[in-house]
Amino acid sequence: MLVAVLTYVGYGVLTLFGYLRDFMRQWKIEKCQNATEREEQKDFVPLYQDFENFYTRNLYMRIRDSWNRPICSVPGAKVDMMERVSHDYNWTFTYTGRVIKDIINMGSYNYLGFAQKAGTCQEAAAKVLSQYGAGVCSTRQEMGNLDKHEELEKLVARFLGVESAMAYGMGFATNSMNIPALVGKGCLILSDELNHASLVLGARLSGATIRIFKHNNMQSLEKLLKDAIVHGQPRTRRPWKKILILVEGIYSMEGSIVRLPEVIALKKKYKSYLYLDEAHSIGALGPSGRGVVDYFGLNPEDVDIMMGTFTKSFGAAGGYIGGKKELIDYLRTYSHSAVYATSMSPPVVEQIITSVKCIMGEDGTTVVHVVTKNERKRDIFPVILLKFQWEWTPVSEGKARVQQLAENTRYFRRRLKEMGFIIYGNEDSPVVPLMLYMPAKIGAFGREMLKRNIGVVVVGFPATPIIESRARFCLSAAHTKEMLDRALKEIDEVGDLLQLKYSRHRLVPLLDRPFDETTYEETED
Amino acid sequence: MDIKNLKNYLYWLFCQFELITCSYLMEPWEKVLFYTFNIAMLFMVLYTAYIYVSIHISTAFQFCLHLLGNQHENAVSIVK
Repeated sequence: MLVAVLTYVGYGVLTLFGYLRDFMRQWKIEKCQNATEREEQKDFVPLYQDFENFYTRNLYMRIRDSWNRPICSVPGAKVDMMERVSHDYNWTFTYTGRVIKDIINMGSYNYLGFAQKAGTCQEAAAKVLSQYGAGVCSTRQEMGNLDKHEELEKLVARFLGVESAMAYGMGFATNSMNIPALVGKGCLILSDELNHASLVLGARLSGATIRIFKHNNMQSLEKLLKDAIVHGQPRTRRPWKKILILVEGIYSMEGSIVRLPEVIALKKKYKSYLYLDEAHSIGALGPSGRGVVDYFGLNPEDVDIMMGTFTKSFGAAGGYIGGKKELIDYLRTYSHSAVYATSMSPPVVEQIITSVKCIMGEDGTTVVHVVTKNERKRDIFPVILLKFQWEWTPVSEGKARVQQLAENTRYFRRRLKEMGFIIYGNEDSPVVPLMLYMPAKIGAFGREMLKRNIGVVVVGFPATPIIESRARFCLSAAHTKEMLDRALKEIDEVGDLLQLKYSRHRLVPLLDRPFDETTYEETED
Repeated sequence: MDIKNLKNYLYWLFCQFELITCSYLMEPWEKVLFYTFNIAMLFMVLYTAYIYVSIHISTAFQFCLHLLGNQHENAVSIVK
């Protein structure tokens, strides 16, 4: 409660100073450095007076140095960053010329550690680059359909356990260009509160009616489904042509995992279709890395449309859609992305093919993976137990990566909760949001962590609600335990310095609550 | 050693104040303005407290005494 009040105090002070600065800019006491209308357009409808622009001018500019930081090496577990300074309070930046080396990278979506500049993936991609070149110079339907693309699609379909799949050059475009091809006017879209901008854009472009249910809340979804079936379309009362439920595997700002068994049960009961966006969860969840369907042990044929991206776990770029053969054949003809967008570049395709084969364990590499069996026992037995038991098993490299990621996730989350931070999200998700709440701490956290050579991503409005700003850590299979320990030590120090250890319970307040309880019952007061 | 710890602790408290009221993010002239305003407000509150609270307390005390005094006289007259 105190934290909420102080957050509002902070925002109140900044808003007052924002008004003061705007007043000074308007009366030309201070030089105006942001975008304004031209002199001739001063009598037109004002462009820059809404809250978002006010926020950008006054609040975002003050802490802008934590974002858009240029890196100059491969974004693996450690990254090099170019140092920059600003002499006029973040309006312009200049590079000092120095490069900060070996920053522990807690911000890249590098879940399985495939962002490497050496290794089998890189060698295969280099070979294909020398064979096919870098550009395709055509769309998929004209002359851009390479045999590599066919090979990739068959492989992805086999990986997911579906009949057929299709790959696109850009993950955002996969969502926004294919949802309009699947639904249209007269259809109903039920989408989660916290869906990604690409899903929201695709839903709006399609022209279907959109209804929103509360985040991961099955009672809310069921109520909407019942209303839709009973009442039909708004004025004509005709039945809906299609009902499509849009959910994501892992929500990237919350770290929560969708309740897939319940959604599938609801979908079957009310005969609607399910579109699952596994952007963050493919490769990162599940015992064999096949995503949230594998994590829950369900049948992939229950999900009608499985969408995912290659950007996060596979170290490449692009997206895919998997499903029944008729659906994918329809999308090959009618999707905007297939008709108008350039197809994927061959070295990128080869990177994906090699990484998928590695995860499935078909490339024949074996690695001796050391698993510490005694994580549980260490809590029960006291310090007397000094030596852990090691288990040596030869597993394939893909499985080793998936297991390393799962271990890193559990360890990191447990340690952060023990330290007393407020962490959102499911226990098994590799996306860890740490709550900051106050606006000054957003900037302070980013800068202090960079001083200690750790790179983090801090998020505020408009990606999150205005009082719930957070720092988001993305764990990777490439992080070793020493790196995580060092990162945790620095987070501990910075947490003490900035007073970030808000947690007063050992329980974490989850955002997905049942329908009847209020959300704020168990939060820290 | 205690003075040094105390100074560090006070500096840390000042940093927390800066973070909570977002004066950490302000340019120097804005900070000067903000602190002047804050210190002026604080001074006025303390001055008001000093002047008025003591007078109110002494007035209230006199009033209570007067009440008790009157009661005593009344009780004595009835008994008589």
